[in-house]
Amino acid sequence: MSAPARPAPLLQVRDLRKHFTRTRGVVRREHEVVRAVDGVSFDVMPGETLGLVGESGCGKTTTGRAILRLVEPTSGSVHFDGRDLLALRGGDLRRMRRRMQIVFQDPFSSLNPRMTVGAIVREGLTIHRLAEGEAADRRVRQLLEEVGLRPEYAGRYPHEFSGGQRQRVGIARALSVEPSFIVCDEPVSALDVSVQAQVVNLLADLRRERQLAYLFIAHDLAVVEHIADRVAVMYLGHIVELARARDLYREPLMPYTRALLSAVPVPDPGAARERIILHGDVPSPAHPPSGCVFHPRCQHPAKDAACTQVVPPLEEKAPGHFAACIKVPAGA
Amino acid sequence: MSADGVDRARRAWARLSPGARAAAGVIAVFALASLLAPWLAPYRVGQQIDIVHLASLPPSWAHPFGTDRYSRDVFTRILYGGRVSLSIATLAVVVSATVGTLYGAVAGYAGGAVDTVMMRVIDALLSVPRVLMLIAVLALWSPVPVAALVLLIGLTGWFDIARLVRAQALALREREFVVAARALGAGPARIVRRHVLPNVLGPVIVAGALAVGNVIVLEAGLSFLGIGVHEPLASWGMMFQDATDQFVSAWWAVIFPGAAIVATVLAFNTLGDALRDVLDPRQLPGHAALEPPETAHG
Repeated sequence: MSAPARPAPLLQVRDLRKHFTRTRGVVRREHEVVRAVDGVSFDVMPGETLGLVGESGCGKTTTGRAILRLVEPTSGSVHFDGRDLLALRGGDLRRMRRRMQIVFQDPFSSLNPRMTVGAIVREGLTIHRLAEGEAADRRVRQLLEEVGLRPEYAGRYPHEFSGGQRQRVGIARALSVEPSFIVCDEPVSALDVSVQAQVVNLLADLRRERQLAYLFIAHDLAVVEHIADRVAVMYLGHIVELARARDLYREPLMPYTRALLSAVPVPDPGAARERIILHGDVPSPAHPPSGCVFHPRCQHPAKDAACTQVVPPLEEKAPGHFAACIKVPAGA
Repeated sequence: MSADGVDRARRAWARLSPGARAAAGVIAVFALASLLAPWLAPYRVGQQIDIVHLASLPPSWAHPFGTDRYSRDVFTRILYGGRVSLSIATLAVVVSATVGTLYGAVAGYAGGAVDTVMMRVIDALLSVPRVLMLIAVLALWSPVPVAALVLLIGLTGWFDIARLVRAQALALREREFVVAARALGAGPARIVRRHVLPNVLGPVIVAGALAVGNVIVLEAGLSFLGIGVHEPLASWGMMFQDATDQFVSAWWAVIFPGAAIVATVLAFNTLGDALRDVLDPRQLPGHAALEPPETAHG
């Protein structure tokens, strides 16, 4: 895609790929390449929230981690605030990490059970020498308050908290180094529905107060609709549609997005709705279909042989609305 | 140890079986008795009371475990022998556990080629039986100082712990709290120290407890071959070896050190097994299945 003509993006991802190689067999070695992320491009503006949605296994988590260099991308480029992240090494990379953080899905696995909540939140301060001693203690208490936890909780261990509270600790940890960009990797998927809204609201408040940019990864379109400015839909390692949240929800262009949206529950039992049921499973990213990766499951009426051969580029079909489908006319 | 550590130890104790508590009791009694040997022992260490009249006496009130062929009081010797046997075993295991834990944590956290090379080194070292390795060295180095013996035993016993820790570290590496630490900008040394090591300590304690039993037997075996500790020090294994040739005429000089070895080893193995049951599931950090049900308040 071509970058929208707007001020400089905070994060610029171009043709990002992450391929995992699996080796099987001892005698006859077979290398199988899993294309978890296969040519993903997008921008995130300062203070913007980009939603990244897709089914499990579509590569959205890997995308988030590859951007932060928590897994090494196979190819592509990631520029953060104009700097080429993939060129950074060692200490430079570690210093850069202050600017971009991550909040994880699993509130149980994401906190070290052997550290107090205070020590967890404090670690970033120590690493980047942001505060020491008393000042650090004060800062930790402030951060806990900021995410809606009592400062006295600093001395407690993660197992003493509920899932939602732990997620708040994870958020405080991310905030401790004052980032301008946070990858939220399904931050509410593991939480009770009643708690989900609280955590999403907290993230929304923090974004406003601190002008944070988010890459908000989720498999739940309803959650993303609430918080994202723009939404990218991923399928099998590709971005298949990217648009302003409003446009995407009102008028999805890709057949896949339509199917996803039809699966969102509507809290009105009388509402007339058309369910698009996708048949078959998501193909293995080790053996992706030729042409458009979605073609085996696509129910678009115009689907034809070309779909099995032509790799559809992500094109701007309407202003600011990108879709990767050769059957969707420009100006749709 | 932190308040949390004390608290966990208390909870772990509460969940130990009666057998395991008895084992812990046996170990405590033996350790205390060895420690207090100078006050508990009825005779001086190594004292040959009267080699003409009082050699090889059966157990009596004056000599509860009898005397050996040099008229030394077996009970006294067992108290002092415990010092040697227990301290050699404990210190050697501390050496093993330290080396093994560091080696395993580095290999496991580094992963990739570093891990492969480090593990192949262990495979190579493991291909030589431990006892053979020790015999080879000790046969040439005699008499061996106790400190050297401890080091030798410790440095030949860390492979299993290293493998155990490495497996744990490999798994921890993928844990999100470790990924989070990397995202925060923590370097490898910090991650190993703060995030990997504290989370592998439980299994290491279990392995250590089991290893103490093994090392007591190993040291007894070496002493039995005459290449372990040397006079005037006496370990249980050495006393046992010393007395075997007169087993028929003076069984007490064999049975009592032997019983001390068996009881201690059994106690360490029982305790180690029990600790494994108590600590292990909790040790997998944040084990979801053991968490209390999720509460709704955020």
